[in-house]
Formats: sequence, structure tokens, C-alpha cells
Amino acid sequence: MDLSAINPVLLIASLMVAATPILLAAIGELVVEKAGVLNLGVEGMMITGAICGFAIAVETGSPMLGLIAAAAGGAVLSLLFGVLTQYLLSNQVATGLALTLFGLGLSALLGQSYVGVKPPASARLDIPVLSDIPVIGQILFGHSFVVYLGIFLVVAVWFFLNKTRGGLVLRAVGENHDAAHALGYKVVRIRMMAIAFGGACAGLGGASLSLVRVPQWTEGMTAGAGWIALAIVVFASWKPVRVLLGAYLFGGVTVLQLNLQAAGVSIPVEYLSMSPYLITIIVLVIISTDRSKAALNAPASLGRIFHASS
Amino acid sequence: MTDSLLSLRGLTKAYPGVVANDDVSFEIGHGEVHALLGENGAGKSTLVKMIYGLVKPDHGAMVLNGAEFTPSQPRVARAAGVGMVFQHFSLFEALNVAENISLGMENPPNQRDLSDRIRDVSQTYGLPLDPERRVGDLSAGERQRVEIIRCLLQSPKLLIMDEPTSVLTPQEVEILFGTLRKLRAEGTSILYISHKLEEIRNLCDTATVLRLGKKVATCDPREKSARELAEMMVGASLHIPEKAAAEAGEVVLEMRNVDLKSLSQFGTSLKSISFQVHSGEVLGIGGVAGNGQDELLSALSGEALTPDSAVMFEGKSIGQLGPNARRSISVLAAPEERLGHAAAPDMSLIENALLTGRARKGLDKNGFLRWGAARRFAKDIIEKFDVRTPSSKNAARSLSGGNLQKFVIGREVLQDPRVLVVNQPTWGVDAAAAAAIRQALLDLAAKGAAIIVISQDLDELMEISDQFCALNEGRLSKARRTADLNVEEIGLMMGGSSNAA
Repeated sequence: MDLSAINPVLLIASLMVAATPILLAAIGELVVEKAGVLNLGVEGMMITGAICGFAIAVETGSPMLGLIAAAAGGAVLSLLFGVLTQYLLSNQVATGLALTLFGLGLSALLGQSYVGVKPPASARLDIPVLSDIPVIGQILFGHSFVVYLGIFLVVAVWFFLNKTRGGLVLRAVGENHDAAHALGYKVVRIRMMAIAFGGACAGLGGASLSLVRVPQWTEGMTAGAGWIALAIVVFASWKPVRVLLGAYLFGGVTVLQLNLQAAGVSIPVEYLSMSPYLITIIVLVIISTDRSKAALNAPASLGRIFHASS
Repeated sequence: MTDSLLSLRGLTKAYPGVVANDDVSFEIGHGEVHALLGENGAGKSTLVKMIYGLVKPDHGAMVLNGAEFTPSQPRVARAAGVGMVFQHFSLFEALNVAENISLGMENPPNQRDLSDRIRDVSQTYGLPLDPERRVGDLSAGERQRVEIIRCLLQSPKLLIMDEPTSVLTPQEVEILFGTLRKLRAEGTSILYISHKLEEIRNLCDTATVLRLGKKVATCDPREKSARELAEMMVGASLHIPEKAAAEAGEVVLEMRNVDLKSLSQFGTSLKSISFQVHSGEVLGIGGVAGNGQDELLSALSGEALTPDSAVMFEGKSIGQLGPNARRSISVLAAPEERLGHAAAPDMSLIENALLTGRARKGLDKNGFLRWGAARRFAKDIIEKFDVRTPSSKNAARSLSGGNLQKFVIGREVLQDPRVLVVNQPTWGVDAAAAAAIRQALLDLAAKGAAIIVISQDLDELMEISDQFCALNEGRLSKARRTADLNVEEIGLMMGGSSNAA
């Protein structure tokens, strides 16, 4: 066992990369749930985004086009969920679960010829002077573009939800769709937009896994990341900054336990592998223990079917 | 034609199986308070929804200020100067007052300016309100102020109010009427929907009465008696419940210093509640919604447990008995929320009859249901309480509010309870059905049962209760003989003033 082999600077730098897929998926799902829709299909949309992005990046040679394709793929799949739940009024839980299964199968089909292929390297953000600062430069700069996109989206979502009228309307729809309808807001349209945004974010999250983090394509490579994203949204009490915290915590423990495995710590691998899931959930549960406050943040119409009756 | 603000011409709206409005025409003048009267299902709500752009009429036209008015959605109506205060508030509990108001405006100013304007308007019209508070923490009266101020900020020409006083204390009603009179003096017209006839005679200049979707009459309510107005609504003479003078017997149910922490986020905890009810007595418990009514009912029904000796029934401690155990010793309750609490919405009336009547009516045997007996019990309720439903196999959800309420009360009354607790027994029920329910409660008391009526309708409590006490912020005032009380004193008791006791 050689713990000195673990370099803290590299650890923190790779934490940001490891956290990004979950962060992207979770921030998208947060917006969806704030609009009152419970989309359990995050895992399916992530993996669909992962293969869409991977395939397009390989075919065109452009990681950027790949990311766009991933967002589009996730959004299209989420709109399927949207049509089923918002227009055909199907049950959101069952539809979301079906979407996950569908996404897993579809991605396996699309990805058959991409197993073992190497994707084009995604561009890194190399800012000459800043990236050369010791420690900080290594941690904060030189990552792929999606890492910054994730952080930017957290700030943007927080700003949108709390500081803009559009965000207020979206929260209102999630809080009480009947009242929002009575005031003349288009509940279904607003929710469809939120669902598409959530799908695009999940798709990006998937692509950041297949193009940046791993980077290669294997069947079922999301391995439950979508479910962790869902859990993070709930335990973060629907607050963007806590979502960031939860995702980075998960990413951090993931990277740490991989390093520990490599260093040959005498803890069984199974325990190390489960540790990111356990620790993330325990920490977020502790943060949100004040039940009354957490309940206030939950969108009151979450998961309820809206039907505009006269 | 330009002397009226809004004229409705032949408005008709049909839904599958029912004509909600049939050729309704009337005029609302400038600066007029116009009452819209009618029973449940008379078509009042559909009519105002058409004016507010939520429902499109099949036929007919509206003229607002001399111009054709066909609002396709609420924001068009709002832009034309029509504001509406809903009966069930369309507010967002998790958002604060200013955010709620901003959602109802077309071009809201930024939060700080809006907060200032809210404070201005609330002072001008005597409606105190803090723009920063979260709506979930407000009382019903304060929530209504949010809605009213939301409308007033748009300077409406016509303000529609749907049953605005049903949740207010008498003092709050006076404040509201002051505001409405001030608006009228400024030239705003008000369309005022209510069941409460005395209020309408007190406030309104004109009244239009609807019955089964048709306009019956337009009259001056100040020239009619409340009884005449009620008979126009019902289309028949009205039966007023009669109270047999009965001597109160021994104490049947007693609560001693009950403290109960509320389970819900916005609920009110009970604080050392004590009272007694005698055999043959109706105890009325008044108070504005959200002062602990639901918690009190749950402590009485057994949904919430208390220390054993805190609730005594005929000398036995029952504080630790659950609802079924209490039912079997004949302590019954009918909660306020009809769908989901008093009745299972998607189950049939027979199944609903079975759910509470099982033990006392012997509707099961060795764990097997006796469907025949359950069917007879349900049929009995439907006949004796005039529940209008195609059959006893219909789902509870399919009944109108008033009919389901008759069913829920009938189901408990027919089990011959020694104690019956009801919460809001006639909420949203029309005059004729309300009279029937009250009569049934009085008849049950005359047979020696002890009745506890929790209600926000003071007229109802004055009419049927022998003893009255008020629930305020989880505390119960001392009981006083209803006959010795007047409305002012009751208002003070409900406001928590202890020197009224």
C-alpha cells in the first residue's frame, strides 16, 4: 500500500471531471422537477446522449458536434416522455421507468458498431498563463469545455429560477398548476420546455462520460449515474448550489476510492465501489434533515397529472 | 347602451349532459355592486369564468364599455380591466406575497417597486399585508387580501368576487366591505357571488338570481327579504330547521387539557383544550379555518391519539383508542374534506358506506363482507337523505359536493351514534340541502346524542347549537349559551379575546 502515490492536485482536478456527468444530469432534472414533472428517465436519456454524442463525434471528428448531438438526442427522447405524460396524461413514474429501459436498449442498438472505437480528443481549455499557475492552474484550468459548462449551468439555473420572471413562472407551475392555469399560464407548454431542457442536460451529461471522462463507448456505461443524479436533486432540496455540492462530493469520493484501489488499500473493493453512493446520500440526508424546510422546497405539484378542465 | 359597463347577451354554455348557462342576459352598471345568486350547480361559476376568459361561451355576446368583448384567455380579460378573486385561492404557498402578485400581472415592475406599490395599495384600502411574507404562513383572510390587491394593482373596472366571505371572521368581513364600498365610490363595478343573503342585502345594489342555468330575476336585494331571495334561488318554499327544546342530560363526552402537535406543515397545534358535551346537546365550535379545526377533529375521531384520560366518553377513558375502536363504542366523526378524508373518491357509495359502517351495522362476518347488507345500508342513506345519484354503484367522486356531503353525514347519522363530530357539515352545500343536514343533526340530538359541530359558518352555529365556543390559534374559549350571544360577541370570541368568556 502506497498512499503517497495519490497526488491531491490531480485528485481534485479529476474530481471535477468525474462529477460533471452527474452534475449536468442533475441540474437538468432539477429544472424539470421545479416545473412539477418527475422524469425518472434520466438514466435512459443520459445513455442515449452518450451514444449519440459518441457516434457523431466519431463520424464527424468534432467533439463539439458530438456534444450538440448528445443534447439533441437527450431532448428528443425526453420529448417522447413529455408527449406521453403531458398530452396523453400517462403516469409519470411508470413512463419515466419505461424511458430508462427504452434508452438503455436503444443505446445498445445504436452503439453496436462503436464498441472499442476511440473518439476524437475533446478540446481542453488551455489559457497560457493561468494554466501554468502551480496547483490552482492545474486544478481549475485545462479541463474540457463541458466541465465549465456544468458549473456555468448551475449558476445560470440558479439565476433563472430566483431572479427572472420566467423562473418565477416555472416555479409557480410546479407549485400549483391549477392556479397557474387560472392565471392564464400555459402549464403544458412550460413543462414541455422544462422537460426538453432536462433531456438536453442529461444527454450532455452522458456525452461528457463517453467523450471526456472515459472516453470510449461500452454498453450500459452510465452504470446508475442517472439514478444518483435523481437522488441528488431530492436530497439537495431542489437547490442548484447543493446539487453542485452533491455532484462534486460524489465525483470526489469516486476518484478517491479509485485511487485507493490503485494504491492497494486493504479494504475490499466492493466496499470502496459502493462508498461514493453511500457517502453522497448520507451527507445530503444530513444536510436536508430539517424536514419541514425540505418539504417547503419540494414543488407541491411534483408528479401530479395536470388536465386543464373548465 | 353605454350607461352600463358590461352587458351580457344570451350567454349559453353547454357541457355534455348539462346546460350550465342557458340564454343568460343582464347588465352591470358603472360603480355598481351586482350580486349573482344561485344554488350549487346553478351556473354561477361557469358564467363568471366566461367573463374572465377561462371558458368560451357557445352562444351569446358580451359588451364591455360599448365594445365587443370576447376574452380568449384570462390575460385578455385582465387587460380589458376585469379582475377576479377566486373562491379557492389561486395562490402559490411556497412563494411570497410579492411573487404571487407579480405572477398575476402583465408587466410587473421589479420586486422592490412592486413591494412599495403593494404597501401603498394595502394602506389606501385598509388591507394590511407584508409583501415579503410567504403565502403558506398567511391566514385565509390575509390570502384573500393578496388576491384582492393583485386585482387592485391593475386598476380594474370590474372586480369579480366568488364567495369572498366564506372564510372570514365577522370583523374581517367588515374590513372587506369597507374596501368594496370604497372601490364602488371610485367607480369600480363589482360582481359579487355569495350564498349569504344578509350580506348581499347589506352590500349590493342589484341582484341577479340564477336557477339551473337560467336567469330567474334581476331585482334590488334591499327590497326583498332574505327568505324571498332564498326562495327565488330554490324555486320552492324553504324549510327552516326546527329545534326542539330539550333538556341537556348527563355529560357524554369530555376533553381535558388536550395538547396536540399538528402533523402538517401549516397546521395549528392544539393547546390545552377542555370542554364537555351533554346528551341531547349541540356544541358549536366556531373559528376561522386553520385555527386547529382539523387537529381537533382528529383528536376526537381517534386519528390522533392523546393521553388516555384526556378524552372521556361516558366515564371511560378513550384517548388511546383509534378510529375503529371509537366507532364501535359509537363515537363517530365526519371530517371536512369530503373527497379523500370522509370518502374514498374512486370507490362506490356502497364501498364507502361499508368503510365506516362496518362495525356498527354488522357489514362483515368472520372477515368476509356482507355485500347485501352494505347495499341496503347505502340505499337507506340515499333514500333518507335525498342523495341525488344515478345509483349506489357510482363512485363518490362523481357526486356533486352537496350530494356527497348529504351522503357522508347520513352515513354517520344512520349509525345511531352517541357522539357525532362533524366539521363544516354544510360547506359548499346549497340552502335546501344545508337545511336538511342541519335538521338531521338536530333530530339526532333530540334522540339523546351529543353533537359537536365545528364550522366557520356563524349563521349555522347560531341556528343549531345550544352551546358555543370559539377556536383561536389552537385554544378553545369557554363554552357559552348560544342564545345569550350576539354576533359582535362571537366575533370577539373568534378573535381570541378572552374577556368575552
